[in-house]
Amino acid sequence: MKKRRFGSHLPGVSVSHHKETANIPIIPMPTPKKVIIPMIQQIGAECQPLVKKGDHVLVGQTIGDTEQRISAPIHASVSGTVTAVQEFVTTQNVVTYAVHIESDGLQELDPSVQPPQVDSLESFITAVRRSGLVGLGGAGFPSHAKLNPKTLDSLHTLVVNAAECEPYITADNRAMVEYTKHLFQAIETVMQYLELDQAFIGVERNKPEAIALLRKRETDKIKVKVLPTRYPQGGEKVMIYEITGQVIQEGKLPGDYGVLVMNVSSLAFLGQFLETGMPLVNKWLTVAGSAIAIPKNVLVPLGTIYRDIIDFCGGYSAEPGEIFMGGPMMGISVFNDNFPVLKNNNAIIALAKEDVYTPKESPCINCGKCIQACPLRLMPCMFDRAGQVGDVDTLRTLKINLCMECGCCAYVCPADRQLVLANKLGKKLLREAQQKGK
Amino acid sequence: MSKNLIVQAAPHIHSSETTSRIMALVLISLAPAAAASIWLFGLRALLLILCCVAGCVGFEYLACRIMKRPNPIGDLSAAVTGLLLALNLPVTMPIPLALIGCFFAIVIVKQLFGGIGQNFANPAITARVMLLASFAGPMTNWVMPRQLAMDAISSATPLGLLDQGAEVLPSYWELFIGLHSGSMGETCIAALLIGGIFLLVTKVIHPVIPLTYLGTVAVFSLLLGQDPLFQLMSGGVVLGAFFMATDYSTCPVTNSGRFVFALGCGILTVAIRSFGSYPEGVSFSILLMNLLTPLIDRYFVTRPFGGLVAKAQKGGASK
Repeated sequence: MKKRRFGSHLPGVSVSHHKETANIPIIPMPTPKKVIIPMIQQIGAECQPLVKKGDHVLVGQTIGDTEQRISAPIHASVSGTVTAVQEFVTTQNVVTYAVHIESDGLQELDPSVQPPQVDSLESFITAVRRSGLVGLGGAGFPSHAKLNPKTLDSLHTLVVNAAECEPYITADNRAMVEYTKHLFQAIETVMQYLELDQAFIGVERNKPEAIALLRKRETDKIKVKVLPTRYPQGGEKVMIYEITGQVIQEGKLPGDYGVLVMNVSSLAFLGQFLETGMPLVNKWLTVAGSAIAIPKNVLVPLGTIYRDIIDFCGGYSAEPGEIFMGGPMMGISVFNDNFPVLKNNNAIIALAKEDVYTPKESPCINCGKCIQACPLRLMPCMFDRAGQVGDVDTLRTLKINLCMECGCCAYVCPADRQLVLANKLGKKLLREAQQKGK
Repeated sequence: MSKNLIVQAAPHIHSSETTSRIMALVLISLAPAAAASIWLFGLRALLLILCCVAGCVGFEYLACRIMKRPNPIGDLSAAVTGLLLALNLPVTMPIPLALIGCFFAIVIVKQLFGGIGQNFANPAITARVMLLASFAGPMTNWVMPRQLAMDAISSATPLGLLDQGAEVLPSYWELFIGLHSGSMGETCIAALLIGGIFLLVTKVIHPVIPLTYLGTVAVFSLLLGQDPLFQLMSGGVVLGAFFMATDYSTCPVTNSGRFVFALGCGILTVAIRSFGSYPEGVSFSILLMNLLTPLIDRYFVTRPFGGLVAKAQKGGASK
């Protein structure tokens, strides 16, 4: 389609896969006694709790919503009694509310849980919003907004992001293997209502079982693209470049090039929702890491406490030193195992104390390995240096704003420098300087 | 049970790469050259190597002690500097003078400018140039290798011979295995190539600098009507191209910048050899290009993926 201006593949790093759970089917976890459901589980506006202490709620009942467009409703994942609506601090240090529900174990369905009537784009988007779906790949962008962008008319290609390039995580892989039918139904529905010409499923080579199953359903319009196993293959810009050759320019969105990117688990869920009408109340995720006794793929109600899930996976096999939600390259550390499962949470990784990487920063030796590893060809060592002395001009001209914080630079840095952190601080510095400039 | 969790920014895993691992690999890659120098020049070569390594490590320790810096000996960079400096000296170099070189390399060039990664020029090269300027006699007291007699016979280096217009020059084979006079570590091309290839295979260095440097020397020698193979295998070009010019701290960070850097090194080397008053110019050329590195780093930056160039940005703003 386009000239590949940056070679056939972008740089990146080879990380050890640790995909031990790849062949372990998703097991539903018994309903937990209690769930905690925070009102921020997406990029965009915070939801307002619609229930109060003492209310009886049913599975699939909307318990949080907002009028804002960039947001998605939140539903009760268990039936039972609301025991509290309390303040909750997210990992981003944002204070919001969380609805605490004590389960009655009956899992009674809310009457609103009905297969949606979809016959037009409008009804489709309404249904997607009703499902509460957000991007399950990690970012958590509300899907109804993603499926209804300003550039809707010019969209022509759907890219299904099934790279799952983070180590440990196999949830997307299991979704492709176990929910293949729903995945293709969702792809077809999206293509039908958004009038797209073609769809590509981009999947890393290390998932042979999923690739074989996808290949069986491949059509002229829906194609499987097998990609090299290389982190960060699933980065949006990287994925689009590898599949279409299109370079997403600074300040542009994939939609500006007619491309829509969706995570494979999001689509698999969407297929299930269109069939059953059950909103996003259960989440399949990978539980793994050296401190987990029996690593598994589990299906858990939203808001289930990490501790309960880890107990379901045989408990800790060693004293945990660090627990993070998501993969080890971009995952976010949690303060304790009393943290609830969120919509965009695709893995819980608990590392034993001795396996925790604690960076011992030493001076930069100028080796340039971070530059060679950066998939977007940025210069992290220069950002680090410029950030330390507040050199905003250098940060700007070297385009720190493009950094997606994938972690390749810090992963390869021989001096153990915390380059991702430096990049975050550098971006903040640049933002502040730009605001002052205005 | 999980009360003492570590909370930190991603990534939560790291490659096995560390500064000390890189320096250890460099030391290993220099082992063949060091062994060759002992084979060629006898046990005094070993003594000089040990003195230089001990001197550099000792000065590094003392300097950091006095300047109240964390002890950096574990990163092995001082040991690398010591070994490189030793390999750049003639075997007859008096030990006290070699130690002055160690002091200059570690304290003046490295620690006074902030320690590892901060030095503006390669410490070993700068020390060699300083010694050459200050103690020209001992620094050019070359002897023939493989002399078992007590009284070493002085002999000019191949480039010295060429400069003097000598009629008999060492053969390619003698140049390749190092059977000619010169600095301890520069003569045995075979050993240097083994080490250089080891560095390339272990990805400690990128091929851009050695290939560009050697290529430039070959091409420019040819253009000036000299024998390129002789030029490549005599003097310190191979040692410089693989081990000195590739020093991370003092070469540019991008591969385009490194290309320009190595090109400059190559041109300067040939220019000094052909037109300068010194028969050899590798250390001068690398030192000069070291000084240009910040400038090169400024102009040879990467082209970010999807990044708009400054011009286009201005145009966009005026619309």
